[in-house]
Amino acid sequence: MSTHLVTGQLPVSRLAGSQLATAATEHRGLTMTLFGLFVLATLGITVWAGRQTKDASDFYAGGRGFTGFQNGLAISGDYMSAASFLGIAGAIALFGYDGFLYSIGFLVAWLVALLLVAEPLRNSGRYTMADVLAFRMRQRPVRTAAGISTIVVSIFYLLAQMVGAGSLVALLLGVEGGAAKRWTIVAVGALMVVYVAIGGMKGTTWVQIVKAVLLIAGTALMTVLVLAKYHFNVSALLGAAADASGKGAHFLEPGLKYGVTGTTKLDFLSLGLALVLGTAGLPHILVRFYTVPTARAARKSVLWAIGIIGGFYLMTLALGFGAAALVGPKVIKASNAAGNTAAPLLAEKLGGGAGSTGGAILLAVISAVAFATILAVVAGLTLASSASFAHDLYANVIRRGKVSEKEEVRSAKLAAVAIGAVAIVLSIFAEKLNTAALVALAFAVAASANLPTLLYSLFWKRFNTRGAVCSVYGGLLSSVLLVVFSTVVSGKPTSLLPHADFHWFPLENPGLVSIPLGFLLGWIGTLLSKEEADPAKYAELEVRSLTGLGAH
Amino acid sequence: MESPPPTSTEQPSVQRIEETAEFRELRRSFRSFAFPVTIGFILWYLLYVLLSSYAPAFMATKVVGHVNVALVLGLLQFVTTFAIAAWYARYADRRLDPPAAAIRARYEAATVHAPREAGE
Repeated sequence: MSTHLVTGQLPVSRLAGSQLATAATEHRGLTMTLFGLFVLATLGITVWAGRQTKDASDFYAGGRGFTGFQNGLAISGDYMSAASFLGIAGAIALFGYDGFLYSIGFLVAWLVALLLVAEPLRNSGRYTMADVLAFRMRQRPVRTAAGISTIVVSIFYLLAQMVGAGSLVALLLGVEGGAAKRWTIVAVGALMVVYVAIGGMKGTTWVQIVKAVLLIAGTALMTVLVLAKYHFNVSALLGAAADASGKGAHFLEPGLKYGVTGTTKLDFLSLGLALVLGTAGLPHILVRFYTVPTARAARKSVLWAIGIIGGFYLMTLALGFGAAALVGPKVIKASNAAGNTAAPLLAEKLGGGAGSTGGAILLAVISAVAFATILAVVAGLTLASSASFAHDLYANVIRRGKVSEKEEVRSAKLAAVAIGAVAIVLSIFAEKLNTAALVALAFAVAASANLPTLLYSLFWKRFNTRGAVCSVYGGLLSSVLLVVFSTVVSGKPTSLLPHADFHWFPLENPGLVSIPLGFLLGWIGTLLSKEEADPAKYAELEVRSLTGLGAH
Repeated sequence: MESPPPTSTEQPSVQRIEETAEFRELRRSFRSFAFPVTIGFILWYLLYVLLSSYAPAFMATKVVGHVNVALVLGLLQFVTTFAIAAWYARYADRRLDPPAAAIRARYEAATVHAPREAGE
């Protein structure tokens, strides 16, 4: 239920007989050309950015030279994954109002980042999230914990995007079979490694900016076309969507997806908490704040991001209801059970329908935008996790800080290759994994392990090393274990292991339990430790985070 | 390469800043805005989530045409998010940036431990 629809599973077997597949096969050349153009353009940017990348601050933080607006676009490009574009539009098309609930959590979450995290992080950290968590603690244990949690969150997120990418690209190109999917995963993985290893943060940021502009332009075009069909009367669009859905007014009310039983309602509450508290703990989002020169610019970038992301989610509402009204749930479900192809199908319809040239062109454009979306997001994730490996685990834990800048950056590039390889292999083996559960899990881990530790570090004077270690590992382990013992893994036909049943945790999203637990363990760990927090270090962190004195 | 790079020699001066009235006023201005507003918007969001789950009849009430309470409340979450962001931007411009800049200007020479990087 709840979590299934974000990126959703993409059962390609359902493809047979769908009109999208036929259209995609006929116009594969055009789609491939547009994919190719995007890849060439971004590779050009990457090579250019690679030449500009000279030191560690260039590689990890893009030289801290981006403006608030540029970084706001890049944050949006990092955040609006294929899950948002295809998943939410599809969920609205199939489940009406309940698909919209995701957008709200994903947007409101940015206020946590704006008010509590972005500026202090920019001022007190250097390259990674762990810089802030370890600021006034013993370096090695806290950096180890934060590095592990960064890599775990990023890998979950990365897997979700790559498994989704494999099925999605196969679907959009109209190719069937496991081989095409696997080659897509390999190609996406290789590209993201190239972006990161050669272009560093500069290259990755520009890829995300280009992608954000393409995605917003594509979505805006479709939104205008949909609204024009209803003479810009929103109520008429809603009415048509409700009629076509076969569910009448219920389509426009909450409950179709989540209101089934008491457990699903609690599960939705759990998901809602994870969404709203997870964003400000996602490492690949946090490192974006280091790419601007000042805390003020970091604030500006979040303000831009809130505007862009909010506008985008409002447009997905028009896309989703438009797809329900114009394409209809039957056709959408026949193409993809989770609704992930609703937006491309709508594009084809808006261009003139199946078989028309206009339809084929718009379908190819929107497919290419979806592809660009996936590439930009996976590049951001690879960069954040390899940066944390090199800067936190290798330079500060293994080599105890005795490492040259050159060596550190080289280890980050090697880490990007290694993480890319791991992600490719895991994605191929995890093909059947529920990708949406992975996204929700990434948010839940970020909210349970990273956010409590970040907030305590910044705002609680007494917080100490043991507290930090307890909240990171406690939040991480509890959220992962609760998912292992939920129906995501066993006990249901849709589980990862459908034939086994060892589940005892009733919810699919662990947030309702693991987030309070992360906060609680950080508090208990602090009180149980004999270590006294160093007031001088906290004074320095406070002065630095609020004024920017001594910031990198 | 160890970062952050605080060294013990400069801590007294940073602690001195922390003890000044102008810094404490800046911290108070920040916290008295950020903390209550955060609690407020999280409660407002949770209220919306709970209404969606547990008050379907209320949410289904028609407002105008096919537009119902659920849609209006959902869009209101967007409106309040934009409004809080704009409110904070204004507040920070007026109440947080000027004192932060003043403290920075006064103590920069005394506390700089790393040369600021290009572009700053």
